[in-house]
Amino acid sequence: MVPIQWYLWLSVIVFSIGVFGFLSRRNIIVIFMSIELMLNGVNISLVAFSHYLQDMRGQILVFFVIAVAAAEAAIGLAIIISLFRNKATAHVDDIDEMKG
Amino acid sequence: MQSSYADVARIIPEIFLTSLALLLLMMELVTKKKEFIGFIGIIGVVITAYLTLITNPGRAFSDMFIVDGYSNFFKLIFYLNVILTILISIRYLKIEGVNLGEYYSLILFATLGMMIMASGTDLIVIYLGLELMALSTYVLAGFLRHEIRSNEAALKYFLLGAFSSAFLLYGIALTYGMTGTTNLKDIASYVTQHGIAKNPVFTLSMIMFIIAFGFKIAAAPFHMWAPDTYEGAPTSITAFMSVGPKAAGFAAMGRVFFDALGPIRLDWVAVIIPIAILTMAVGNIIAISQTNIKRMLAYSSIAHAGYALLGLIAGGSEGLSSMMNYLLIYAFMNVGAFAVIIMLRREGFKGEDIDDYSGLAKRHPLAAGLMLVFMFSLTGIPPTAGFVGKFYLFMSAIRAGYTGLVIVAVIFSAISAYFYLRIVMYMYMREPKAEVELSTSAPLGIALAITVAGVLILGVFPSIVIHLAKASLLG
Repeated sequence: MVPIQWYLWLSVIVFSIGVFGFLSRRNIIVIFMSIELMLNGVNISLVAFSHYLQDMRGQILVFFVIAVAAAEAAIGLAIIISLFRNKATAHVDDIDEMKG
Repeated sequence: MQSSYADVARIIPEIFLTSLALLLLMMELVTKKKEFIGFIGIIGVVITAYLTLITNPGRAFSDMFIVDGYSNFFKLIFYLNVILTILISIRYLKIEGVNLGEYYSLILFATLGMMIMASGTDLIVIYLGLELMALSTYVLAGFLRHEIRSNEAALKYFLLGAFSSAFLLYGIALTYGMTGTTNLKDIASYVTQHGIAKNPVFTLSMIMFIIAFGFKIAAAPFHMWAPDTYEGAPTSITAFMSVGPKAAGFAAMGRVFFDALGPIRLDWVAVIIPIAILTMAVGNIIAISQTNIKRMLAYSSIAHAGYALLGLIAGGSEGLSSMMNYLLIYAFMNVGAFAVIIMLRREGFKGEDIDDYSGLAKRHPLAAGLMLVFMFSLTGIPPTAGFVGKFYLFMSAIRAGYTGLVIVAVIFSAISAYFYLRIVMYMYMREPKAEVELSTSAPLGIALAITVAGVLILGVFPSIVIHLAKASLLG
């Protein structure tokens, strides 16, 4: 059997790639994908813990996370589209109507 | 195992609010008069408030949900916030040309999320409530979809909000892995029984929680989204966001940090103290240089989150009740200030620059007088409620032994007088520049009456709310 540490390291790596992508990328869609990576990194560790602890709670939470991520994707893409209609760009550096 | 009816009886207010929000969504299709939807919403929220008060306290759904004084007090803040927001929105939405019914429905869904956050005693429930609140608020921030500033506000709020909720989830996952449960009380008892309080992974999950809730309450250094989002979002939603999600963040924070992370209280207090100081510093100092009043109030709202953190640091029933108290008072004074800002908005005129307030007292003495009351209250000058709120917060922190922190808070509070009173100075001591006309309406007037009455009555008779907050913690 694969030891739980392997799953946890995988989860840490996927989550960290997501965090790094969020902070370093400049394209909105890629930033958005990075957030999904972070969520899926968490999902890996939740499922691993759930299996290791023989407890269903973690897997139930994973289902909720997937459902929420779907809703988040819908809302995020809608926001990006409505922004794109006013200003045809997908680059965060061009979105600078307000300082900050 | 309890009977399932008793469980369902505890969430009747939530069920009612969900049905109401769905009903408003349906009404959007058949009603031409959108303000009518708003009025139905207000009536529905009043009924929900009544249902909340008559609900039997207790736990439900295998200890995932609780009805107690703490949650009821926060729900009171949310109901107040949503009613005031609807009142100030009715005319404003017409001016902005986005008079759509789903606006009211989304506000109610966001409120529902806050209620679930305040009542959740399980990390899964708190997460779901937080997401329901956040997703609805992202849409509301971008509600002026033809205006690029509103789009930008929604985008920034969305990206950073989603980022922070991923941290919350990682914190939940680590806690779950360590303790095998997501129930707040069970986490605390597992931690004390197995002595894992000093485990670095548990500390890491505590830091993840602080990051996630720090984003929600806009505490520095997790406040970057707040100024842009508050400036770009529709003004009524700025008022809504600066009170509701912040109070909900504090509600969930109080539960998670005292119930689940109670055994490592000293550790998280050590992390939150520098955050509180930084939050007060960033909020109060950067606000000085702002020229847009919404942006200034955004920094002010960051600073107020810093003050409210003092209550959390002080802890105990006194600290928590002073924090709850402060958030209620903050709801009155902040929504009031935004109501005055909305009054200046009319077709073709934004009224968001501080310059626009020059000489307001000469042309519109009543509006200027109201703004004066709210600005005094935000500064914390007696006899307004803001003073009472700050006084009890600082007292509770001193009693808990954080005198140095309170001195810092008082210094920053003195600095804040500069930018709040600058508005008053502009209104009363400058000559009017341009012709500023007010767009008044009956609902806006009612909202202003409620807020100014709240600020003055609680300022003169503070015992009302203090007793309420104390009693709700004991009950």
